[in-house]
This record gives sequence, structure tokens and C-alpha cells, in this order.
Amino acid sequence: MRARAGTPIIGLLLAAGAVLTAFPFFWMLTTSLKPLGESYTYPPTVIPSAVTLESYKALFTHFDFGRYLVNTVIVVLIGFVGMFFVAMAGYAFAKFRFRGKDPLFLLVLSTLMVPVQVTMIPSYLILNSLQLTNTLVGIALPTLVSAFNIFLFRQFMTTLPDELLEAARLDGAGELRILWSIVLPLSKPILAVGGVLTFITGWNSFIWPLIIANDQQNYTLSVGISLLNKQLAINPPLQMAGASLMVVPIVIVFVIFQRYIVQGFTMSGLR
Amino acid sequence: MTVTVAQQEAPAPRIAFRMTWHRSNLVPYVLISPALVCLVTFSVLSIFVAAVVSLTNLDIGGLADHSQVRFIGLHNYQTMFGDPAFWEALGNTAFFVVLGVPTLVIGSLAIAIALNYSRSRVFRALRAFYFVPAITAIVAISLIWGNLYNSQFGLLNWLLSLVGMGPVEWLTDPTIAKFSVALVAIWRGSGLDIIIFLAALQAIPQEYYEAAAVDGAGEWNKIFRITVPLMRFAIFFVTVTTLISWMQFFDEPYVLTQGGPVHATTSMSLYIYQQGFRYNEFGFASAASIVLFAIIALVTLIQIRVRQSDAS
Repeated sequence: MRARAGTPIIGLLLAAGAVLTAFPFFWMLTTSLKPLGESYTYPPTVIPSAVTLESYKALFTHFDFGRYLVNTVIVVLIGFVGMFFVAMAGYAFAKFRFRGKDPLFLLVLSTLMVPVQVTMIPSYLILNSLQLTNTLVGIALPTLVSAFNIFLFRQFMTTLPDELLEAARLDGAGELRILWSIVLPLSKPILAVGGVLTFITGWNSFIWPLIIANDQQNYTLSVGISLLNKQLAINPPLQMAGASLMVVPIVIVFVIFQRYIVQGFTMSGLR
Repeated sequence: MTVTVAQQEAPAPRIAFRMTWHRSNLVPYVLISPALVCLVTFSVLSIFVAAVVSLTNLDIGGLADHSQVRFIGLHNYQTMFGDPAFWEALGNTAFFVVLGVPTLVIGSLAIAIALNYSRSRVFRALRAFYFVPAITAIVAISLIWGNLYNSQFGLLNWLLSLVGMGPVEWLTDPTIAKFSVALVAIWRGSGLDIIIFLAALQAIPQEYYEAAAVDGAGEWNKIFRITVPLMRFAIFFVTVTTLISWMQFFDEPYVLTQGGPVHATTSMSLYIYQQGFRYNEFGFASAASIVLFAIIALVTLIQIRVRQSDAS
């Protein structure tokens, strides 16, 4: 096929846009490697004259970012437990007939319409009455189960062959065993999409850790770096090192799993 | 199929059928209950809690000692409607929505169409650049932009000085701060919208364009006569989701300006957060969240109605 008219011009414009989009991230990385003095110089330097990892070291020594990192990983892992709940529910809605199934599924979908910010006060009060404020479980709970993911899993699991499940039942396999050793292995594509979305949600989550974690012990990376902006003396390399710590893992995940992320977002767009 | 039919005609399958029936009696409920409990607690139940709490004077004292909590009717709502800061937050949210939503929808659509213009490897590689802001933490993004905006050593003012323009008070001038904060959110939000638009674009059958080309249609004609009309559902969907997310606008002003200078960037969500968690006025904040919920529900309903009458 012949290239369409104007392709080079559009390509150039898009490349310019891509540079603009990528520039803040580039700036983040270079600034994080600058010595403190150089970050204040005017005019600003785009490429650092001297490269230092001092700021990254400071995050872990002067500040408690090691703990924040561990907390964030724990919150992400709890999120994966939530994904297992999602898979269970998706399986039930896909493969079982039971009383109240349709209204219950509608109830699940209707929760999609409730915005997070509206639930922040009541969820805090509910978690407080369960004595789960200031715990990592409390941070993960409000977003533990995604209604949209239940929908995704149900859609996918509907396509699994009934005969296989029936055969397993006749062989005397328990329902949990069927889920674990037949349904989940067959659902790898949707688990990949759900898994990547779960990781991104947990890693980036900000408002819940901000509300639920009262003391430093339970801060996540997002809360930790938002506090770097409230230091009396602004320390740009330190701030950018903190930002890099949050952004770089996500970009790596994106590069590896781009296909699944795009697929997940696309499906979320066409729900 | 009923059990009686199975009993009369085929004894063997009856057992199997009964077994599955017995299982399916309880098993599906067991399977859905953890997920359902979580969802219902933090969304449906939450709204009821907010509605009830909004009629009380619950604050930090009441949280510790429930006997202090009293029903005060619509008092919170009255106070709120008399609070200039509430109206300012509402106005700011409206400003953000009016500025952000059209810019994002039109801009993302244009970029998506451009990215879809050629199937070459270069264009495919360029996509990734536009996607990345969508998946990175808003907090980190806000911090980076805060740095670029800095009025003493920020890069943006230096770039302006190169073309002979004076320094801009990006985050400290009340009017400019609104635009600065919105710009970050536009930059960040475009990724998701572009992904959705690209998916919809790829679903358009190529034959339409080939037929149009045979008829001698130019590129602009193809975009406005074929692409845009066929993308109506995607455009509608993106508009609704973008609108909802902008009505909940929170992270960028929280990190960049804390709602300042003098409330200039305080959105409704930030107002609720401040009332609830800075002043610990849970009753009052719940009232504000109920109002926000009502507005979001109303706007969404209107859009769906418009869409329906549009389609018929």
C-alpha cells in the first residue's frame, strides 16, 4: 500500500508531541541525578554536569522510603488477593445458575457509577469502626475489588467450555479445585490484563493511603513523595528521585506488558 | 429441564444433575460473597452512610465519643450553601470541567487519528510515548510539573526568558494557577483517551475509506465524513468518563497548590477532603459529598438522555 499523502508531516508533528510528552520524565531523571547546588542554578542545566546518586541514597537514609516501598509492595500484594476474589466472582457469574444472579450482577455494575471521592468520608468512617484505619489492609480494602474487573473476568470465563468443568465434577473434583486447576490456568490472558491493572492501581494509589495512613509507619510511596513537596526548603533532586522511584517501575511494567495494558484500557473503554 | 423429567426417563444423569444442583445451591454464593461484600460496603453502603452522617454533627470528638453525635437535620447543607468557599469550589470545578473536558476529548481524538494515519513501525513506536502519562502516578507527575513551574529556578520561566518574555507566576497567581493545574491534568489524562479512541478507530472497516477514495474524497473529508460520525459512541463514552473524572479532580491541585493560592484551585473533591480530614468535620464533609454525587449523577443522566434522543 502506498503511503498516504502528508504522512511525513504528521509523523513529524507526532514525534514533536512525543518529545513534549516524554520531556517531563527525562527532566525528572536528569534532575534526580544532579547535585543539590546545580539544581538551583540559573539558567537551569538540562544535562547534569556531574552525576550523583546522593538523592536516591537520601531517600533511604534521611527519609524512610525503604519502608514506604515495602508498604507499597504489600498494598499491591493485597490487591492481588482482591483479584482472586474478582476471579471467583467472575467465575460464579459466568458458569453458575443461581437465584438472584441477574440482580446481583446489576448491583455489581451499578457500583461503577459511584465516584471514589464521594465515598471517601463514609469509607473512612466504616474502616474506623472496623478499627482498620492506619493499617495497610485498610488502605487496600476500599479498592480491593474492582467491579469492572468482575465484568472482564465474567466475559472471558463465559467462553470456557462447560464440558471440561462437568467432566472435572464427575471425577469428583471440588469447586475450589476446579477453579484453581482448570478455570484459572485457562484464564491466563484475562489474568494478565487484570494483574497488570491491579498492579498499576495499587502502586499508584494515593487518596486512600493519604486518608487511611495516619502515621509514617504505614505511608506508601505516593504519600511519601507528596510530603517531599511540603518540605520547608525545596530540594528538587530529592523530589525527582522520589518521583523516579515511583515512575520507573511502572514504565518497566509498561514496556513489558504494553499489549495487556492497552488491551485492558481498551476493554475498559468499551464496557 | 426439571428434576421430575430426569427422574422418569434417565436415572443415571439424575444423580449428576442433582449433585450439580446441590452444589450450585451454595457454591456460587460462596464464590461471589467476598467480592460482593467489599463492593457493597465501600460503594452502596457508603452512600447510605454519607447520607445519614450528613444529617449529623459528627466530628473528631463524636468519633471518639458517640454520645456527642446529634441529628441536626439539614443544618450542614444550610451552612454549606452559605459558605462562599463551597461556591468557589463548585465554580472552580465547573471551570476545570469546561476547560479540561473539551480540550482532552478533541485533542485526544486528533492525536488518535494522527497516530492511526499510518500503520508504519514509526507510528506504532510513537504510540507508547503518548500512553505512558496515563499509567504513571499522578503524585509523581504533579511533583515533576511543580518543578518545571517553579518561579525561581523552573525550566519553563527560563524558556520564556529565552524568547524575551518575563517570568510567569505559574502556581502563585490565582488565575494562572488554575490553568497550570489543569494543563498537568490534560497532559496526564490524554493517554487513556487516546488508547480508547485508537481502539475504536481500528474497528472502522477499511473498505469505507477505500470506497471514499474511489469517490475522490480528500483526507479531511474522510475524517469528517467517515471517521468522526462512526466514532460517535467512542466520543460519547470518552466524554462521559472524562467529565466524571474531572468532576472528581483532586490529585493535581492537592500536590501542586494544596488548593491555593487563596482557594483558587480548590476543586469540590479537595473541598470535601479539607472539610473532612483537615477540619475533621465529617458531617459537613458528607453533606458536600452527597451534593457532588448528586451533581455527577445528574450530569451523567442528562448525557445519557441526550445520547438516546440523539440516537433515535
